[in-house]
Amino acid sequence: MALMRSLITTLALLLVAGLAQAAAIEVREFDDPVLEQRYRSLTASLRCPTCENQAINDSDAPVSGDMRDRVYLLLQDGRSDIEIRDHMVQRFGDYVLYNPRLEGRTFLLWGLPAALVVLGGLLVMLIVRSRRNASAQALSAEERARLQALINRERTE
Amino acid sequence: MNRRLLLLLPLAGFLALSLFLYQGLSLNPFHRESALMARDFPAFDLATLEDPERRVDRSLLTTGELTLVNVWGEWCPECKREMPQLLDLSQRHDIRMVGISWKDTREKGLGFLEEFGDPFEINIFDPDNELGFELGVFGAPESFLVDADGVIRYHHVGYIAPGDVRDKILPEVERWR
Repeated sequence: MALMRSLITTLALLLVAGLAQAAAIEVREFDDPVLEQRYRSLTASLRCPTCENQAINDSDAPVSGDMRDRVYLLLQDGRSDIEIRDHMVQRFGDYVLYNPRLEGRTFLLWGLPAALVVLGGLLVMLIVRSRRNASAQALSAEERARLQALINRERTE
Repeated sequence: MNRRLLLLLPLAGFLALSLFLYQGLSLNPFHRESALMARDFPAFDLATLEDPERRVDRSLLTTGELTLVNVWGEWCPECKREMPQLLDLSQRHDIRMVGISWKDTREKGLGFLEEFGDPFEINIFDPDNELGFELGVFGAPESFLVDADGVIRYHHVGYIAPGDVRDKILPEVERWR
């Protein structure tokens, strides 16, 4: 009985905690569905500065709340997505961008995967080509004659 | 050259990548370059903690004197632990200090200074994170070293430990004074 009661208490506490968590991230009303969509994608692509790997739309850290407020205000003010991202980067650093910008410092980050794919492709091509040559050359004159004979027999049958 | 050695190439690549990623494990994600380094201290217009009638702005930081700006709050335990170090910097090392009472009430802020000491020449009252946001503050305490022309020269994120005074703060002060 005591166990049952403590179980119920725990469940109730968890429920309350869950509600509190849900209440921490506000719901915003937009007249314009396009603005709403932009708000959603912006808050999903900006990273909370205190909570290592959470977007600001998913975090109840105070700084994330302040950043959401600012995104909302800037959207209402008619700023573009790029301007809003720059606004955040100027204050909180490149860290807040989930997609780092393409610039001198980040060319390795963006370029390396593409370079590796190209390199891998070239490597595969070279290997295939060298194997093709190797297998053709591997036949001696006698073997080639036999192969030819087999092919001819196949055709005449 | 032995062509068989070429077979070791993928393994070598894998080891190089592992080494690169392994050293990333020991990096502290909170130690990152501040976005405000070498930039002007942002403009603001706020009341002081001490006197609601008195408003201060950016000219507070272009007085020709190097200033340590410290962001604190009564609700922040590490700010309390940091106070002895700040008092030491202000009294023994004669560094001008300006506080930002951040996301706090006036009453609690003043109580904090009474209890833990007041190394600050003045405290900017920023209950709604107006100036804090411009500075990219994401948690208290944070400290900014601002040079004589109002340019941010050093950004210390988090608690200033007693060792940090000697190892980090004072060398930066010497450098920019």
